[in-house]
Amino acid sequence: MAKVIYKFGDDISTDAIYPGRYMATVLPTETPQFCFADYTELNEKLKSGEYAKGSAIVADNNFGCGSSREQAASTLRGYEMLVIAKNFARIFLQNSINVGLNLITCPDIEVNIGDELELKGDKVLNKTTGKSFEIIPLPKARQSIVDAGGLIPYTRKILVDSTKK
Amino acid sequence: MGMTVVEKILAKATGQKSVKAGDVLEPSVDVAMSHENAALVINQFNEVYQGTGIEPKVWNPDKIAIIFDHRVPAESSKTATNQKKIRDFVGANNIKRFHDIRSDEGGICHQILAEYGYIRPGFVVVGTDSHTTTHGAFGSFAFGIGATEMATVWTLGKVLNVEVPETIKVIVNGKFSSNVYPKDLILHLIGKISAQGANFKVLEFHGEVIKNMPMSGRLVLSNMAVEAGATAGIIPGDDETAFYLKEHGVTEKIEYVTPDADANYCQVVEINVDDLVPMLACPHTVDNVKPVTSFKGKHVDQIVIGSCTNGRIDDLEIAANILNGKKVAHGTRMLIFPASWNIYKDAMKKGYLETFASAGAVIMNPGCGCCLGVHQGALGDGEVALSTTNRNFKGRMGNPKAEVYLCSPAVAATSAISGEITEPAKGEL
Repeated sequence: MAKVIYKFGDDISTDAIYPGRYMATVLPTETPQFCFADYTELNEKLKSGEYAKGSAIVADNNFGCGSSREQAASTLRGYEMLVIAKNFARIFLQNSINVGLNLITCPDIEVNIGDELELKGDKVLNKTTGKSFEIIPLPKARQSIVDAGGLIPYTRKILVDSTKK
Repeated sequence: MGMTVVEKILAKATGQKSVKAGDVLEPSVDVAMSHENAALVINQFNEVYQGTGIEPKVWNPDKIAIIFDHRVPAESSKTATNQKKIRDFVGANNIKRFHDIRSDEGGICHQILAEYGYIRPGFVVVGTDSHTTTHGAFGSFAFGIGATEMATVWTLGKVLNVEVPETIKVIVNGKFSSNVYPKDLILHLIGKISAQGANFKVLEFHGEVIKNMPMSGRLVLSNMAVEAGATAGIIPGDDETAFYLKEHGVTEKIEYVTPDADANYCQVVEINVDDLVPMLACPHTVDNVKPVTSFKGKHVDQIVIGSCTNGRIDDLEIAANILNGKKVAHGTRMLIFPASWNIYKDAMKKGYLETFASAGAVIMNPGCGCCLGVHQGALGDGEVALSTTNRNFKGRMGNPKAEVYLCSPAVAATSAISGEITEPAKGEL
């Protein structure tokens, strides 16, 4: 179960998720402090724990557009965020899968702030309104990276297998 | 069915006769580029090897390029420590295509790859920077990836699970007015198809305008392809590609990759530039594109000419011709940052830097810092910037309470003199 803490419109850039001025900070253990740094209230409530880990944010189209900075994925991963959008920008989608942040593509999603969501198979169930919305599954090739727990363990297995030959 | 350029490149990179959009492949990589974010790549790379008992070793040091450009010279001890860590890694792994903070080899990564002749038509190029699309101007398949993905490339020499993208064919015909430039064309295209119009797709450019466009203009188009969401922006190689590479020290024969006549495109966009006027991308998205005249007279606090988009010698020449003998308006500050030190020195020889300095512009060292708000040139609350860079997202120049408008070097230089958004006159340039 995940509570919706914030709703975004179209074209939320990686500069919005993780402003460029904090890019010298790279470690996944350190990036969460700057998550949505320019959305002061959201940032503070995430840091203070007022918004519980595993909360949900819901966006319209092209979430994560812009730069390739992986901090934008790792900063959300730090809060185990459930990120639902109508669709995602390519590099951000791939980065998120690579670092183990699972994104949900859900073109018809309808929520209000405070609603409780649950993932049920191929649907997002809005428990507050009782409505459910279809999830567009990840392409198979990407799902295999998710299933491996991210790109590092996925690559490690290929590396180890290749040296056994 | 014939193949598009990206399909041909990916067929070759995977040793297959043909591939089609939607196929999932693991292409081998010809150039793998990083900048200061190599610090994170190194962490992830070491993480891959953890617990395996295998000694970490990059797959091919000659195919890796590392360029310091985002915060040069370092603005903080944190950055300097990251740069030191990368320098040590470069030495230990014998990476020769390393461009340190030096005026005899430094500059913005995308300009360095171009002017040092590292790219060829048909290459698969990856970079931990979204504007890696720039190198599509050489007819390569060049795209941005994250740091963890680069760690995989450093380990295995290939990108895993790449889905062959569909291609949008962009045909550009007509003739530019004397005050209209490739920057106006790409802003127009992004406005037309939107910031997500090419998400997960490749833009492939054709038409007489492209054929007659010098490499400096082609680099602008490919650079900003990502602002329409495109994975890559490819301009098939031709005589201009070979000419540029030869000028930059490449001696081998250049082979081009061109699409088949019956290649399959998911969309065709036709543009005639006869009536195209100088354009602006307005706050806070790159697809919010309007003619310059619609903001005529708007006060500008900071003008920026530079970046991997428009910091080349042709851009500085346009600006110098406009600013020659004139002054930057008081109440407006102007920053110029050439895309590389070779360009800086060329501009010095040609007298452009003297023109800028006499006009009151501040000449900065080549780098990315100002464009993404990480190093010098930050905006104050409520300020307006007019910039030849590539992004105007909220907070981009270091302040979410400021506005950034994007334009060509001619619009930027003309507006510097008046201190307000001004369309350059036709025929005077």
